[in-house]
Amino acid sequence: MTADSLLRVEDLRIALAGDRTIYNAVEEVSFEIRRGEAFGLVGESGCGKSITALAVMGLLKRPLSLGGGKILLDGEEIQNASAARMRMLRGSRIGMIFQEPMTALNPLSPVGRQIAEMFVLHQNAGWSEAMDRAEEALRQVRVPSPGRRVKDYPHQLSGGMRQRVMIAIALACSPELLIADEPTTALDVTVQAEIIDLMAELCAAKGTAILMISHDLGLVANMCKRVAVMYAGRIVEAQPAEAIFAKPQHPYTQGLVDSLPRLGERSRRGQQRLREIAGVVPSIQAYPAGCRFNPRCPRASDVCLTTAPAITPLPAANSIEALVRCHHHG
Amino acid sequence: MLLVLARRLANVVPTLVAVIALVFLLFSVLPGSFISGMGEDGRTTIDPAVMERMRKEMGLDDPLPERFAKYIAHTAVGDLGKSFRTREPVTYLIGQRIWPSLKLMFAAMAFAIVVGVTLGFLAALRPGSLVDTVSMVAAISGLSLSQFWFGLMLMYLFALTLQWLPSFGYGDGGIMHLILPAIALGVGPMALLARTTRAAVLDVLNADFVRTARSKGMSERRVVEWHVLRNALVLVITIIGLQFGSLMGQAVVVEKLFAWPGVGSLLIDSVFQRDMPAVQGCILLIVLFFLAINTLVDIAYVAIDPRIRYGR
Repeated sequence: MTADSLLRVEDLRIALAGDRTIYNAVEEVSFEIRRGEAFGLVGESGCGKSITALAVMGLLKRPLSLGGGKILLDGEEIQNASAARMRMLRGSRIGMIFQEPMTALNPLSPVGRQIAEMFVLHQNAGWSEAMDRAEEALRQVRVPSPGRRVKDYPHQLSGGMRQRVMIAIALACSPELLIADEPTTALDVTVQAEIIDLMAELCAAKGTAILMISHDLGLVANMCKRVAVMYAGRIVEAQPAEAIFAKPQHPYTQGLVDSLPRLGERSRRGQQRLREIAGVVPSIQAYPAGCRFNPRCPRASDVCLTTAPAITPLPAANSIEALVRCHHHG
Repeated sequence: MLLVLARRLANVVPTLVAVIALVFLLFSVLPGSFISGMGEDGRTTIDPAVMERMRKEMGLDDPLPERFAKYIAHTAVGDLGKSFRTREPVTYLIGQRIWPSLKLMFAAMAFAIVVGVTLGFLAALRPGSLVDTVSMVAAISGLSLSQFWFGLMLMYLFALTLQWLPSFGYGDGGIMHLILPAIALGVGPMALLARTTRAAVLDVLNADFVRTARSKGMSERRVVEWHVLRNALVLVITIIGLQFGSLMGQAVVVEKLFAWPGVGSLLIDSVFQRDMPAVQGCILLIVLFFLAINTLVDIAYVAIDPRIRYGR
């Protein structure tokens, strides 16, 4: 554990209660985020990245529950913290942005009030003071004419504006960690970059670390120093962002990198089809034995069908640890 | 807001005309009339000449379109005609009955809202708990009960056995006489409200913005107070409106059972005697009430939900 560790997740397991059995929706997930660092968690839908974030927030809802492992925030174990303790941490020390800005805001409450709640909840502010600060918060996320916008309801704002409001809420109390769960997926492409830049800029200014969750490897790699790739509930590879692109080790990561559109290559080879990873993510009831990627893996051999690969540490670059979980990595 | 009201009222007029026409036509094609009914019990015999004269006086021999046109013209200026039975203006008859009717309905609705919404709310906050199970069983029972039977049971228990409350009648118009009929009338809407409120609150509790609220570090109580209540209210208001609106129609049975001098019992008596002007007057009132409540609900929506705006 490094000295400036902010969030440390150790051997996290998330249980999913099925009809008869209990599945492990997430298992053996470990990662560490340092103060002020941006860390990316990448994977396809259903790989467990969002529920990993919810577990950190203490917001897992049945049928999901924490099955094991440790979550340390600034050295404090919070996986079994009391509800009251978690409420103090949520919002004030960990902020969260969700995927759907359309539904993540209360439709019947003016956005200013929804921001102001943060100051009332965590900083003992009165409502009128909190509303003034909400206006300031809107200005910080560059919502035009914030004085008027505080009184607006969510339906009067565009998707990008709403996500700005969400950012204002999440960062209102200057948390040490911002969890952004697919913050731009529901937005127009033109707005995505603005939102990402805004998040990165504000977090850098406040020294807030980011846990960025996305299925978009390109987006995450641009923003984050380190990236972990999840597949079917496990982390299969973690590397510095540049290395993920330069020399991806896991066949799944290689597939993800190959499936990114490249302008130069396309123009060179003419209208080439985008490459994809064959097959789909298996459902949790049907995880294959051995390596969970084996049905889709071009390198799968007999050992992959029977034995789950262990974590292999990779040579650290710039003292950033790296790992891969594959029998045939490289 | 005024514009909203005006637009809604403009919508009400065609509905009213349609209902008036329907009731008028239905009664015209039904067999029998006030006059032919007079001799029905077999004990009284009426001179055919007298009957003929009465038919003329009441205008029952006129062609249907003419009668309809006359009726519409009179209704438009607030003249609902004279009761065949008592020879009194229908407006006067209804005027006597409307206050007891309104009193009964408001009492029933107050009971339904207070008990139903509370039960549904408590049930939703603890799904699967004892409160939930008991109140939902009560709600199902309330919905399935016949008002008539339930009213009789209330009378039997509270009036006959325990002798806490008067069994029937309007009395001096005090609250004691009101309690039993109000409960009998309110139990249906109460049950429906309990179920709707539970569903609405559960629905809102699963909404994304509630997850956002929790991610802000809010206590569950604050989440409910700040974010759940108002959103659930939008759905609950709809049911309150629908129930309230149809309550005057539902009150017919209860009013008759408890000998409550309301519009409902006037309607029943008038139907049995084929007292057409009175029947039409009562139905017109019931429909008006329904439309009025619906308009109020529409206005309530605008007040509660900023997304709803009628017109420009």
